[in-house]
Amino acid sequence: MTEIRNYTLNFGPQHPAAHGVLRLILELDGEVIVRADPHIGLLHRATEKLAETKPFNQSIGYMDRLDYVSMMANEHGYVLAIEKLLGITPPIRAQYIRVMFDEITRVLNHLLWLGATALDIGAMTVFLYCFREREDLFDCYEAVSGARMHATYYRPGGVYRDLPNKMPQYQPSRWHNEKQVDAMNANREGSLLDFIWAFTERFPKCVDEYETLLTDNRIWKQRTVNIGVVPPERAIQLGFTGPMLRGSGVEWDLRKKQPYEVYDQIDFSIPVGVNGDCYDRYLVRVEELRQSNRIIRQCVEWLRANPGPVVINDHKIVPPRRQEMKDDMESLIHHFKLFTEGYSVPAGEAYAAVEAPKGEFGVYLVSDGANKPYRLKVRAPGFSHLAALDEMVRGHMLADAVAILASQDIVFGEIDR
Amino acid sequence: MTDVIVTNDDITIEVPAEKILEVCTALRSELLFQFDMLIDVCGVDYLEYGLVEWATDTTTATGFSRAVEKSSDKERITDWKKPRFAVVYHLLSLPLNQRLRVRTFPAGEPPQVDSVESVWASANWFEREAFDLYGILFNGHSDLRRILTDYGFVGHPFRKDFPISGYIEVRYDASQGRVIYEPVNIEPRILVPKVGRHDNRYLGEHPES
Repeated sequence: MTEIRNYTLNFGPQHPAAHGVLRLILELDGEVIVRADPHIGLLHRATEKLAETKPFNQSIGYMDRLDYVSMMANEHGYVLAIEKLLGITPPIRAQYIRVMFDEITRVLNHLLWLGATALDIGAMTVFLYCFREREDLFDCYEAVSGARMHATYYRPGGVYRDLPNKMPQYQPSRWHNEKQVDAMNANREGSLLDFIWAFTERFPKCVDEYETLLTDNRIWKQRTVNIGVVPPERAIQLGFTGPMLRGSGVEWDLRKKQPYEVYDQIDFSIPVGVNGDCYDRYLVRVEELRQSNRIIRQCVEWLRANPGPVVINDHKIVPPRRQEMKDDMESLIHHFKLFTEGYSVPAGEAYAAVEAPKGEFGVYLVSDGANKPYRLKVRAPGFSHLAALDEMVRGHMLADAVAILASQDIVFGEIDR
Repeated sequence: MTDVIVTNDDITIEVPAEKILEVCTALRSELLFQFDMLIDVCGVDYLEYGLVEWATDTTTATGFSRAVEKSSDKERITDWKKPRFAVVYHLLSLPLNQRLRVRTFPAGEPPQVDSVESVWASANWFEREAFDLYGILFNGHSDLRRILTDYGFVGHPFRKDFPISGYIEVRYDASQGRVIYEPVNIEPRILVPKVGRHDNRYLGEHPES
């Protein structure tokens, strides 16, 4: 009698459906997965240890690079933890700006997720549509911080600067003549808020377009309905958060349950799935796109009506204005101390969490009273999700592993840290 | 048996290492607590807690002209009387909407503590990470392998006595046609010294929150 052994397949780390650098060892019985063993850490940069070697503010930029498709949400978690230790609260306008950019970030993240997942499952068009809208949102990032992705815009005590009154405009070049440039600049004549407003006007119709392509699509449903089902008790036990938890039917969203900034002033609803399969997680995220659009509109309306400071006026934490620095000795000293040494944070510990697009992004900060964090622990939502991959793919076909992995919204920047 | 500490609106309980499994089971199952979700587990190494390169309790008479040369002569700004290693668990109760931090100090070298994988399944990877980075052993863990570091990695990189630049580096050697490992050739240097100041003057100005 010949011995029958399971087939072991190596998936990744260089594979387009691995969403970065995941190495997956799959044990197959025919085409059915018996066991999956994700090997992670190929993108491990020891962000947490690096943060221990530099002043608090210098690590904000590192946070962008954790989950590199929801940049500002990561900064938000880190900045909140520092603010908690310092005992400071940013001005109300800064809080609205943060909420608005958190939601812009959520749209950015979900658009990438939608495009990439559809691409994994075989629908090419959605990817191109999603990236068209992402481009406008990157312009918002650029207008406010100068960087299209890694913004470093949130600071302890507020945000780096107020929203610009003028959007940057395209210039004629060898590739675009004046007439084309005028058309491209059509909605860039006003302020950043006008540009965002124009985006929110057309965005719901874009979401309708994506839904036309996918929601009732027979192939899409065959690939996602009843695939990777996670019952609610199991989702809680496995530490799921965000759309993964809500897709399983648990109504839990930190923006509602433990509101931070001004989320308690804003009207929006939380979509919840029923079956906990890939299709429900898709529906939850698509609905979150629409809800984020609503939140952004409310923030734009508030921000238009209420000018004010966007950062606290404490030069022990926030640098003084350049103008003041030029003719005030004390401002000059503050500026110098802040950029050479940073600020010392009282000894203690704090945990701050935000509802990042992928789930609960938490930052646990231990300070011993120095100008650098003593220990920084980043709680990445994707880490627990990927840990559950083995359980989710068992008994499914090989092709379903791709759909399940895609539905988890995995980004290795935050998992490997 | 346990200490309760409240800081910055967070509640922390400190539990003896041998009781951790018992306490965690109660925290999850008792109707009073219902901490049904384990948000995070992490190790902390308190070896250099409160030690700084420049202590500036009072404005120093010597000025700030001295540079940081050796990292050995450090001054102390905050006391630490507890053991070196800690394991910190962050719990969340969905029904009661509460958070709790549980801290335990595993003793020994390597430090050992019971795994809470049987209480919360999500502990699996978090404990693997704490083992990998800090060398904390979790008794009863189903699969305690390294998770973030390279295959064949030696040491526990997040311990405070592990240098930030590490011990070995890899590069592709064209003549041998393979990736080779060799001792690291980075000179360790301190860009910004670790400074301790007790002048948190801003605290008084924002008494709320």
